[in-house]
Amino acid sequence: MNLLTITDLNLSIHKSDILRDVSLTVGQGEIVAVTGESGSGKSMTALAVMQLLPDLSTSSGSIQLDGTELTAVSEADMCALRGSAVGMVFQEPMTALNPVKTIGDQVAETILIHKAMPPARAKERAREVLERVGLSADKFPLSRFPHELSGGQRQRVVIAMAIALRPKLLIADEPTTALDVTTQAQILDLLKGLVKEENMGLLMITHDLAVVSDMADRIVVMRRGEIVETGATKHLLAHMQHPYTKMLFAASGHLVNLPTPPEPTPLLKVQNAVRDYQLPRTSLFAKPGHYRAVNDVSFTLHRGERLGLVGESGCGKSTLTRAILGLEPLQGGQIHLDGAPVFSGHSPNLDVRRKMQVVFQDPFGSFNPRHRVDRLITEPFFLLDTPPKGIARKDAIAQALTAVGLHPDDAYKYIHEFSGGQRQRIAIARALIIRPELILFDEAVSALDVSVRAQILDLLAELCTAYDLTYLFISHDLSVVRTVTDRVMVMQAGEIVEQGVTESVFTNPQHPYTKSLIAAAPRLPDLTPTSKEPVQ
Amino acid sequence: MLRYSLKRLMSLILSLAVASLVIFLVIEVAPGDPASFMLGINAQPDTVAALRTELGLDVPKTQRYLTWVSNMLNGDFGTSYTYRTSVATMIADRMWVSLPLALYALVLSTLIAFPAGIYAAARRGKAGDMAVMGATQLGVAVPNFWFAMMMVLVFAINLRWFSAGGFVGWDKGLWAGLHSLTLPAISLALPQAAILARVMRSSLLDILGEDFMRTARAKGLSRRQALWRHGVRNAMIPVLTIIGLQFSFLLAGSIIIEQVFYLPGLGRLVFQAISSRDLIVVESVVMLLVFAVIVVNFIVDLTYAAVDPRLRSRT
Repeated sequence: MNLLTITDLNLSIHKSDILRDVSLTVGQGEIVAVTGESGSGKSMTALAVMQLLPDLSTSSGSIQLDGTELTAVSEADMCALRGSAVGMVFQEPMTALNPVKTIGDQVAETILIHKAMPPARAKERAREVLERVGLSADKFPLSRFPHELSGGQRQRVVIAMAIALRPKLLIADEPTTALDVTTQAQILDLLKGLVKEENMGLLMITHDLAVVSDMADRIVVMRRGEIVETGATKHLLAHMQHPYTKMLFAASGHLVNLPTPPEPTPLLKVQNAVRDYQLPRTSLFAKPGHYRAVNDVSFTLHRGERLGLVGESGCGKSTLTRAILGLEPLQGGQIHLDGAPVFSGHSPNLDVRRKMQVVFQDPFGSFNPRHRVDRLITEPFFLLDTPPKGIARKDAIAQALTAVGLHPDDAYKYIHEFSGGQRQRIAIARALIIRPELILFDEAVSALDVSVRAQILDLLAELCTAYDLTYLFISHDLSVVRTVTDRVMVMQAGEIVEQGVTESVFTNPQHPYTKSLIAAAPRLPDLTPTSKEPVQ
Repeated sequence: MLRYSLKRLMSLILSLAVASLVIFLVIEVAPGDPASFMLGINAQPDTVAALRTELGLDVPKTQRYLTWVSNMLNGDFGTSYTYRTSVATMIADRMWVSLPLALYALVLSTLIAFPAGIYAAARRGKAGDMAVMGATQLGVAVPNFWFAMMMVLVFAINLRWFSAGGFVGWDKGLWAGLHSLTLPAISLALPQAAILARVMRSSLLDILGEDFMRTARAKGLSRRQALWRHGVRNAMIPVLTIIGLQFSFLLAGSIIIEQVFYLPGLGRLVFQAISSRDLIVVESVVMLLVFAVIVVNFIVDLTYAAVDPRLRSRT
């Protein structure tokens, strides 16, 4: 018998349909992955099982957990089931724990709220289960607070809370999306191990097809609230039927063809760059300490070259980006663009600054919602001594919007009228409009769905041909960096540990850190018939 | 925690030193000299000279500052020019009214505001929330002296439960003292409670939207359990800030209420001292209030740390 059986689940919130006729099952000891792009309803399916749907939502259909019809039980009975029969792990470990309670109390709470054990025994069990998720007693006593742990460690605590009472079903909603690749690999291993040992069912929600293919026994593909395809992983990967499934896998492994870069002539020169942050004083009269975020970094970016910068969170990628943009002073070394320093005196050097533009990660937070698109994308004109006016300005706007695949009339809309992918196009238009010599892409495609990401990558490749772009592409996503860059640098703890031609770094990494990064990154299975482009 | 407290204590002492210097200098740089200011423009030169000697204005400024500070540390605030009595005794007498009144009002406002704010947040958008929010809107809008007058009308004149004004003194017993402070305390507390309840509600609503509240629900806590165990404590930081500000205000800002109920409090003392240009009293009361504000802030800082472990470890 199946552990979890969802039959014909329909859900609507505020009269808009979120789920339509969703049916799926999870067996004991089985890992079922629900995948799809944002808005596909995968998270809502998970919340429906927990009966933690947003207010004002109405649902029909049946959700049976181990013979109990969850849609029929009272809220009080549901509270008794949550945490004991079914546990849940969420996406964002940084905020999933209560900051004012110790990890021991929070894990023990799961046990105590269900009155499963006396308090002293609950503490022991909390210790045991923290041990099981890899947080040893000597390093992570129960008295630790969440802010004293890293993201991966916090996710372990969340998992410990979810499995403390040995639930039969574990639901994991994007459990590793917010984590670095090496941490992701560890957490996925942990989940796999738990499923095997405890014979739990795992319903895993993730957009990452590489993770899906690696983890799941069965895959459920969703689109706009409906299941489009489902099947055993191996079978589905080999014989996918639905065009949407095919498109998803093709887009995830999407490759682009970059034009050959011109003869190397240096554009951006970073020499022995050092960036220190002052730490707070430990006492009133002690000298404040320093944290070296960027340590002796040197590299040259040539005109027309596409350079990648990869590394895990906290490695100094963003600090280096800010230093290159001249937003922060260096404590040592120099950064020159076209022979001129990017930072002069106490402010960015405007002559240099107008030759550089940046595209940020968050397509939702990086625009002022009260301005129209024409004003948003012409903001870089403030850097010019004589910004174009009247017809010339209009032409520039139309040209930039057309270049990124939008319509010139879009200039008169507000940013909320656009989707995430369109916003990222607008961000690129904003960067292009003053024809910069160098563009910095800071995780520019990380927040996008795979199909949209594939389109943006294609757009980049087109722009490379049309505009001879030079860019620095900063990302934690190795597969993306691999396809859109000519050369790549690997950064660890403020230092560049390896750099070289992208393809050779990926096929033949030298530094142990690069090797571990590449080994940890989940890989899409080789699906030769679905790859549109031949591998370069 | 100890380290954090010591650091806060250091900054308390530093703030006090700076504040005393500022108060001293402000009175120094006031046009003319304090003696001629206190006596007015029509004063005889020899009266001014006499007062100058009495105030010690003929010694150098640095020395005068140091004497002033060291005298204060010894509890000597000088002698009032208009009343010819020790300022320290005057202030102490008034403090015995103002401090209990402020505390009483603060306790009342907290007792009203916490349940109201938590109740409203838990029933966001429902009738209960609307009712509480409507009431707090009224509480913020209506001035406290109007409450005071209404309460005198109802409870003192019609029902005769309380006296309409005056303070019986603590020597009549704790109960009698509190009884005569009740109406003023309620009038002071109502507007404060209205503000505090709104802060509590919005702060708690922010917290209810946090990820860890969802985690708590996934563990099997009911809505109510999640709210009390994970919500309230996290919502306390903005609430504590407001409580600290309100207490400082209550201590000296209750002058209108003191006037309505004819209470011999600090507010009225300052008011009288300013109108009679008694700089010695003004200076001392201001210093005392600054001291109170800084100490209250210190206590608020410590409660922050007690509530939020992240502040304890941030040195």
